[in-house]
Amino acid sequence: MTENTTPQTGTLRVKTGLAEMLKGGVIMDVVTAEQARIAEDAGAVAVMALERVPADIRAAGGVARMADPAKIQEIMDAVSIPVMAKCRIGHFVEAQVLQAIGVDYIDESEVLTPADEEHHVDKWQFTVPFVCGCRDLGEALRRIAEGAAMLRTKGEPGTGNVVEAVRHMRTLTDQIAWLKGLRPEQLYAAAKDLQAPYELVKWVAENGKLPVVNFSAGGIATPADAAMMMQLGCDGVFVGSGIFKSGDPAKRARAIVEATTHYDDPDVIARVSRDLGEPMVGINISEIPEAERMQERGW
Amino acid sequence: MRVGVLALQGAFREHIMTLEALGVSAVAVRKPEQMGDLNALIIPGGESTAISKLMSAYGFYDAIRQQHGAGMAVWGTCAGAILMAERIIDALPDQEPLRLMDIEVRRNAYGRQVDSFEADLEFKHLPGGPFRGVFIRAPWIERIGEGVEALAMHDGRIVAARGAGTMATTFHPELTGDPRVHKFFLDEVVAS
Repeated sequence: MTENTTPQTGTLRVKTGLAEMLKGGVIMDVVTAEQARIAEDAGAVAVMALERVPADIRAAGGVARMADPAKIQEIMDAVSIPVMAKCRIGHFVEAQVLQAIGVDYIDESEVLTPADEEHHVDKWQFTVPFVCGCRDLGEALRRIAEGAAMLRTKGEPGTGNVVEAVRHMRTLTDQIAWLKGLRPEQLYAAAKDLQAPYELVKWVAENGKLPVVNFSAGGIATPADAAMMMQLGCDGVFVGSGIFKSGDPAKRARAIVEATTHYDDPDVIARVSRDLGEPMVGINISEIPEAERMQERGW
Repeated sequence: MRVGVLALQGAFREHIMTLEALGVSAVAVRKPEQMGDLNALIIPGGESTAISKLMSAYGFYDAIRQQHGAGMAVWGTCAGAILMAERIIDALPDQEPLRLMDIEVRRNAYGRQVDSFEADLEFKHLPGGPFRGVFIRAPWIERIGEGVEALAMHDGRIVAARGAGTMATTFHPELTGDPRVHKFFLDEVVAS
């Protein structure tokens, strides 16, 4: 064996490895250094640095873009846990900027207005790892083929309504189970149906799981929501508007962290769910016109 | 032999899978009362701040110290190495170490994720050639005390060490599929 002591950065194992370290944890959206410190203090495993949380992006309308680098830097300086930031779908220059700033993970996110309606960012070109959204297995595998090192089911961001997060997680789990039950010669047609590369389809069929970590996102607002997503099989949760749009963010953040660790212990979930104050106001998905549903963005 | 893996947050599943592949019965530990009959505990990689807050909320500090005092060996990887140290450099103000091992560990020593890397390591006493070290926002061991042996170095820094019933690695053997460091821990740290 030839020894290679020269450090290699940006390898797939190093990229997916950070996601492995975040498992069982909660990643929280923050818009100020103060919120980032509250999140870190509550036990968040990472924060997502934003200018606006999805609920406010939804309310403001217009074009939503990458946050101001000064804002992201301020949040990076405030905490010692990993800091993620979002670029628009397909906006590879926003991604280059985020890498130049030194964020720990880039979220190529449907929460922002897409910059390219055909192509996502070629994520293999970056040292910084990417997390991408998905609603089903085909979308998940297309993102992995482009170099995503972590996935999150999309849900419907900024709603405080967990129904879409559940739908996407169940879809993913059902499709993985379906692939696992197929005979080898059926996988070619399955790859065609999923519009995903055959090699990745085959890997999932053989291993019965995704090749990268998958978190749940988009509508989680309570400790019980987080625990339900964990019981449905995700590796951890993103909480966007749910914390800092609620009455007592510090307490709710801490409760969601504990419920995510002890997701299969109803006694703990009951205890931490007490007296949390007002949750964020939820939105019914049917009240959102189809064109305004963020989950429809990305292909 | 029964080995527990602290399962509050982080890469605990990979440790359990590696232990099971070595034929060892492994248990995911989420409550202190699960540690009663353990020969060893692995504190996995993850976010050391998140893990230490959950440890403190569920009474793990005293329980781990007590069990370690009664003979339970402890191995910390990355965040776990930080938590078992005598002193943490660049810790959060309220982040308390377990003080199980006379080492000083520097958090995020190499920088941010863009600086995360992998490299081959000479791991002392380990047969079969170099070991692939995967370092993710990793700490390093800045100082070791008496009775602690440095096991591996990278670029002039200690990245693995063992004491009496203790071992710390700042990288992630559980992410490599190579079980040699786990086997070393079981044979040379737990059993002795």
